[in-house]
Amino acid sequence: MVRKRGQPAPDDLFGERRPSGPRPAAGSGGPGTPGATVPAARPAYSVTELALTLKDAVEAATGQVWVKGEVIGLKTYEAGHWYFNIKDEASQLRCVMWRTYAQRLRTPPPEGADVYLLATPTVWGQRGELRLNGVTMLPTSGVGLQQLTFERTREVLERDGLLDPARKRPLPPFPRAIAVVTSADGVVIHDILTVARRRWPATRIILVPARVQGDEAVDDLVTALGMVNRLDDVDLCIVARGGGARDDLQAFNAEPVCRAVAAVMVPTISAVGHETDITLTDLVADLRAATPSAAAALALPDRADVARHLASLASRLGGGLRGRTRVQSERLARAGDRARRAIESRMEERRRRWERFASSLDALSPLAVLGRGYGVARLADGSVLRRKEQAPPGTPFGLRISDGEIAARAE
Amino acid sequence: MTIDPLSADLKRLEEIVRLLERDDVDLDQALTLFEEGVRHLKSAKERLTEAEGRVERVLEDASGVLRLTELDD
Repeated sequence: MVRKRGQPAPDDLFGERRPSGPRPAAGSGGPGTPGATVPAARPAYSVTELALTLKDAVEAATGQVWVKGEVIGLKTYEAGHWYFNIKDEASQLRCVMWRTYAQRLRTPPPEGADVYLLATPTVWGQRGELRLNGVTMLPTSGVGLQQLTFERTREVLERDGLLDPARKRPLPPFPRAIAVVTSADGVVIHDILTVARRRWPATRIILVPARVQGDEAVDDLVTALGMVNRLDDVDLCIVARGGGARDDLQAFNAEPVCRAVAAVMVPTISAVGHETDITLTDLVADLRAATPSAAAALALPDRADVARHLASLASRLGGGLRGRTRVQSERLARAGDRARRAIESRMEERRRRWERFASSLDALSPLAVLGRGYGVARLADGSVLRRKEQAPPGTPFGLRISDGEIAARAE
Repeated sequence: MTIDPLSADLKRLEEIVRLLERDDVDLDQALTLFEEGVRHLKSAKERLTEAEGRVERVLEDASGVLRLTELDD
């Protein structure tokens, strides 16, 4: 304790409540004074008096100071105040940050965050507590408080499986109605409509308004995302954020908003970050888009593409049928071919047989034999003379040779 | 989730085209498939030219009922 004994606190705000008598000099127990006797010469402090005296002393000791330590056990209260301890290896001190100051920081630091806290040490008599009244805090490292919060929320969401890629749902190919959760100022919804009209005009677009930055953004977004589940026919949800301050994405890193996005029953596209800043909402959504226009382009098919695809299917359909009939007629032709070939080959065979037959007929022709110098002898009755007994001597016969017949007689 | 009619048309149409492009469909079957394909083609083309969808804004009334109002864009 750094109370400077015997010196009245400066800025003595509570002087009028002090005992009117002379202040007992602290440490006045001089030599020879027995320790435990109640000194009659000075009145006892009331508890409140002592608490106030200590308060003065504590406040005077350092005034407003920066203290470096780890934030633990932070609780936020409905009124907006934060209560926590700041500690190092050996000590810890109770801290409070009233709503006025807490609001400026928006997001409480995560458990264990190393911070510089600007605070005035004081004594809270009602509780008998030594306490630091915080004014502001800064992260001690390059990693900002927001970043620490981001990482912590991310861990929580990851642990609950909300960032699991297997959770990602495919988008409907031709959405009937898209719910767009965004600010009502008209910029985002206008961008989305422009793309929708060009790509796929038939889809209904339903604006579900919510503030996307500022203190009400988290509650607004959670409410709006809840409404999406109560709308009929909606089969896709876009969460989008227009322009706005580049670093004001905090609502989309808030755990309640991430959980509300995960709870949307239809597939979701998030278009709230920037090229370089990914929000946790982006990670929880089924798909991330860089801008609201890009989200609309991902959500809706392009009519021209679909028309081209249909045209190609139409031509393949016609081609398919022609192909079928061509195959059929080719099959018929092939069948005809086979028949013709069968007939032809049979005829060819016949022709060959005929030729063989004809040539054998030729070989058998007696004229050809006679041509080689043979003759045929016939009796008068025309029978061929084959044996001697057919022609006793004196029997007339005719000898047929190649160029005529010679009349002859056996001797 | 129920499949939307246009996706259904396109899916069946793609199947039919694949079947027709194969060798093992006889002429009768091919004609039946072709006619069915033409029907899906026609219905898909109609959906392609459907009228513009509405643009609405959600309002929640005091009793918590959601209502949609036309949004002028």
